[in-house]
Parts: sequence; structure tokens; C-alpha cells
Amino acid sequence: MALSLKELSKLDQTFAPGHRLCAGCAESIIVRQVLMAAGDPVVVANATGCLEVATSIYPFTSWRVSWIHSAFENAASTISGVETAYRSLVKQGKMEDVGMKFIVFGGDGATYDIGLQFLSGALERGHRFLYVCLNNEAYMNTGIQRSGSTPRGTWTTTSPVGEAIVGKREYPKDMTAIVAAHGIPYVAQAVPSQWRDLMTKVQKAIAANGPTFINVLSSCNRGWRHDTSQTIAVSKLATDTCVWAIYEIDHGVWKLNYKPKKKKPITEWFESQGRFSHLLRPENHALVEQLQEKVDKDWKALLEKCGEKT
Amino acid sequence: MKTALVPTGKLVKGIPLALDGAKIVAYAMKQMNPDVVPVYPITPQTEIVSAFSEYVANGEVDSEMINVESEHAAMSACIGASAAGARAQTATTSAGMAFMWEVLYVASGSRLPIVMHFVNRALSAPLNIHCDHSDSMGARDSGWIQLFGENVQEAYDNALQAIRIAEHPDVLLPIMHTQDGFVISHGIERAEVLPDEAVREFIGTYKPQYSLLDPKQPVTYGPVNLQDYYFEHKRQQVDGMEKALGVIPQVAEEYERLSGRHYGLLDPYRMDDAEFVIVIMGSAAGTARGVVAELRGKGIKAGLLKIRCYRPFPAKAVADALRGKKAVAVMDRAISFGAQGNPVFLDVSTVLNTYRLDTRAVDFVYGLGGRDVMPRHIHQAFQEILQVAETGETTPVVRYLGLRE
Repeated sequence: MALSLKELSKLDQTFAPGHRLCAGCAESIIVRQVLMAAGDPVVVANATGCLEVATSIYPFTSWRVSWIHSAFENAASTISGVETAYRSLVKQGKMEDVGMKFIVFGGDGATYDIGLQFLSGALERGHRFLYVCLNNEAYMNTGIQRSGSTPRGTWTTTSPVGEAIVGKREYPKDMTAIVAAHGIPYVAQAVPSQWRDLMTKVQKAIAANGPTFINVLSSCNRGWRHDTSQTIAVSKLATDTCVWAIYEIDHGVWKLNYKPKKKKPITEWFESQGRFSHLLRPENHALVEQLQEKVDKDWKALLEKCGEKT
Repeated sequence: MKTALVPTGKLVKGIPLALDGAKIVAYAMKQMNPDVVPVYPITPQTEIVSAFSEYVANGEVDSEMINVESEHAAMSACIGASAAGARAQTATTSAGMAFMWEVLYVASGSRLPIVMHFVNRALSAPLNIHCDHSDSMGARDSGWIQLFGENVQEAYDNALQAIRIAEHPDVLLPIMHTQDGFVISHGIERAEVLPDEAVREFIGTYKPQYSLLDPKQPVTYGPVNLQDYYFEHKRQQVDGMEKALGVIPQVAEEYERLSGRHYGLLDPYRMDDAEFVIVIMGSAAGTARGVVAELRGKGIKAGLLKIRCYRPFPAKAVADALRGKKAVAVMDRAISFGAQGNPVFLDVSTVLNTYRLDTRAVDFVYGLGGRDVMPRHIHQAFQEILQVAETGETTPVVRYLGLRE
């Protein structure tokens, strides 16, 4: 399928409107892009989280594809069972090979934290599925708590800004690198603002015959504290400040997918969202400098891995 | 060698084998040929999955095994596979089930007919790998059907009946059938298996009502239920459990026509004119049966009521069996800490009360962490309930057998 807006506008939407995600939520945008790029037929496994609770309130469903939710941590195991069932039934001639595809949606809590073991096991076993992490950098469904993905210095309700401690104290784990260390065929980072890049990545992942992973930065305006109209703008700004790089590791080959002409300072990222507002205060200047240094260091390392000029 | 009738009228010859409980369950799994088998090793269940792995490695089954990274993942993969319309089976014990606990409820709440071959083992701490029933008692409220087996033969027979019960359209619930860790799982006994062909015919093919893999009819599994629907769906699970009480004997009857072996919700021994009864589950029933025979020889009207189907609890059948008895010794191989008696005792007591039976009952805790239960312990229990019947005094209600105090 050609990724032109004209062609995409003709597609049937398998993710129905009328769901109860918040206005401006990036998740529905990403899910539509992923499902359009993947094409039918597909089975989706969804970890517990905003997407799951907002799209499946009985007796309604937003899913015009087969969809299963089991629990918070185990979406990768659940899809392992579905994918294995498919292989078994096709092998035994109990069903036709219809080219079924398997996709997981899980938030950063489900992916970085509580579901890490389950994801690692499924990747190691080599099931054919695409795992999409809808990474909004905190536990948003429970009301904005810090996760292993929350950036250092960020305000959340469990890493509040107090007299003694200023937001989250730790850097996030590099989940994409952890996944890549499993040696699976395709791993990438993406943003919904660069939709063609994201959809191309989904197509590559689906075509790769094995476990694949795309970590998508997914703005949550309730937790990030920005206007509902700014979802795409902040996604773009993440890539322009290089706090979130978009790249892919295709069968072991690293490739950078976007390099800003001029890297914007991290303060612009902080200015765009209320979760960082405390960082702009003079007393936190030293911390901001440290955070900028970390971004610069990580960006340089990424450029080197991707064979780009540093 | 026994011969028996299949429902079609064909005679089936049983094949005698010498196997332990773990291996015979693996053999039953081979014959059932489930589509998907997610497994994770844990003592003393490991023998099941390693024996089954050999069948897979030798191409003797079509099953796809998933060597998951935990029991929680094993049950999660069973849920995915079953929702995809596949026959899914797994096996576990003790800490493995404790780790699965969250998703046991997902399996039953989603009405997925998953079969779990279960080996009973104590729970930590302290760490102990030997038999008691604490593990399966932890799942007694989880919406799974629970059958308790006594020996190697029953482990095999229950495995085959389990799939039929779970998949029955009136039931559609997951099922676990248990065997006592080491005592049965690692004890070699003579047992008869059915020919492959007879098993295939008995279990039939599975046609799921809803499958994730039907591209023409996409389905949503595991949606959110709020205040307006959750309660009704839970009530429907209760219906499934209640209907299982009817389906389990039907399946048993059909199995009896095939194998010649009789099964019920309960397994009574010398109960008709008994006055003093021991209620028991699992492997210790064999020991207790021997003691009952001995006591009968001495003119004591002893009887034994083995509970095969623990969930759903066959309350009416238990009431009918205990009506008019003088005293009952309820044997519990698990503790419900802080409760006024332990799991089986609480169920039996509720029956005595609900059906207004004038039968005295006391609770005997035995065999925790694999502590041997000897004939002398069962004798002691009978002696104590003879006294209970005489004096009418049940205090202390909870007593311990074979314990140093």
C-alpha cells in the first residue's frame, strides 16, 4: 500500500470513532496509523491501560478487528498464545492460512515495568508479532505516576516537586536498547507527528518474519500538561530537541530517520509542557544543564551507531 | 484385562501400563493432542512437561509447545490460545499456581475451557516441595472446576474427562484436576489407558463459539465491564458452575461405558449403613479406605466419603451422603489461617447447617508439607469421632494428626 494521504483516506477504519480517549490523546492517532499500515486481518492484544479501558466499555467496542485484553503485564504472553494457536491450527489444517498478523499495544508501564519479563520471554521465543509501546512516559491511566520511562526531573504524582526532591530522580531506562539486545529482526522508535515514518516502520515490522518492536512517543496532554491542540506539535518538538530520537535497527543495521537541521535546546521542550514547569525556575538551572548534557551525549552516541556525522 | 463398551457399541480393551502420575498425565495429553501447550517447569510437576516434550520432539503430537518464562505467562498464553479457538492445556503446582492466580480469574471470567493438569504441593514459606493441598485451595474461589484424583489411574481418567467437562456448552469453564505431589506424581502404579482411537472419539473435536482468528467475524475478548454489567457476568459464571454439577456425572457415565471405571461427584465407600464417616480428598483416601475396612471387621460402622469434585462443591450429594450419620471426621490437607476450621471442613459444615443435619463434625488437619499420613492417624481420627458421637462434644473443632506439639 502506498502511504499517500489520498490512498489512506479511502481505507476503512478498523479503529472506530466514538471511543472515550481524551481529546488530543496521541494513542488513538497512533493506533489508527498502525492499523492502517498493518492491514487486515489482524489480532490485537491490549495491555491494561487507557487505550484498553477507553475502547472496550461493554457492551461497546471500538475494535473492528479481533481484540483481546487479559491483564496489565501479560499482553506479550497473550499474543504468544494467539500466534501459536494460529500456527498450530494452520499446520494441522484446522484453519486456512489467511496471513493473520499479530499486534500488541501496551503503555510504558506495561512495557518498561510490569510487563518487561513477559515481553522479554516472547521476544526470545521468536513469536511473529509487532509490539507497539504507546509511551507517554508515566502511568497515565491511574492518574500520572512515574514509571521506568519517566524522564529525570519530571513532575508526576509519585515524583512530585517538593522542597527536598525535584520531580523524578532517575533517568529512564533505554527500553529500545533492551529490546534490541534480544537480537530481534526489527526495532524502532517513532512519533505520531512523522506519520509516514511511523507507518513505514509498521510495514517493515509486519514484513519481518519474527518479533518486532516500535517504541512510539505518545503525548498525554493530561499528564504532560499541554493544550489538547498541541499533541502533534509537541511530538515534533521532541524530535527537534532530540529528547526523543526516531531511528530503526533493521536486522542489526542502525539507521537514523530524522535529524533536525539545528537541534533545539531542551528548555524549549520544558517550556512546552506543565510537567516540566518547575525546571525553568532559576534554582533548577544546574539540573537542566545536566539534562541537556545527557541529551547531547545520547544523541552523539546514536549518531555514531547510525553512521552519521556527529 | 477389562473390556468395556464405547458409546458406539465397540468393545475397548484397556492397555495396562506401569507409570507414575506425572507420566500418565503426559500420556493422556499425548492422546488428547491439544493444539497449544504452554509450559514452565516446577517440582514436582516438571515430570509432566518433560515427558510431554518428548512426545513433541518425536513428532507424536501436533501440539505446539510454548516454553514460557513463567507460570503467569503459561496461563496468559493459554488464555490467548483458547480465545483463538485452540485447545490449550498446561500443568503446574504450588508457587506456579500462586503466580498464576491473577489470570486464573481472567481464564474463568472469559469462559475459556482451558485444562490444567495439577500436582498438589505446599506453599512457601518455609519452602517445601512436598504434598499438601494449600495450593489448589488458593484457587477454590477462582471460578475453576476442581477435580481431586486419588491415584495414578484417576489422574489419567480425570485428565480425559476434564476436557469434556470444560468444553461442554452449558459449562465453558476452565478446569484443573489434581494429583498429590510425589505420592502420586512420582509413584509408579499399574493403570490402564485407553487406546488412542477411543480417546479421540471420546474427546471429539472442539468447535469454539467465538475465535479471535475468524477474519470474517472479529471479536472483542476481555472488555471492561462497569457497574452495569459486571455483576450479571459473574452470575452467569455461577450458572456455569451449577450446570457443571450435572455435566460432570454425565461425562463420567459416558466414560464408564468406555472404560468400565465408575466416577461420580463423590466416591463413597461403605457409606450405606455407616455411622462414623471420614471425608477426605486425594491420595490419603486409599489409606483411609483400608482403615475403614479394618474397622468394619471389628464391627465399627465406619464409612468413607471421598470428594472427587471439590468445585463446584456438590452440597446436595454431600448432604444426602451424611444424612443420619452420627459423626464426621473432615480431613483437611491445608490451613485457612484465622478461619474457624479449614477449607473442606467449612464446606461440609455449611452443608450440615444448610440441610439441618444432626451430624457432629470435627476438622482434622493432616499431611502438611508432605508429612506422611499413616493408618494409625486415620484410626485416631475415627477414635476421636466415636467419642464425639458419644459425648456430643466437638471441642476442639480443629485437631491435628501426626503433629509434634
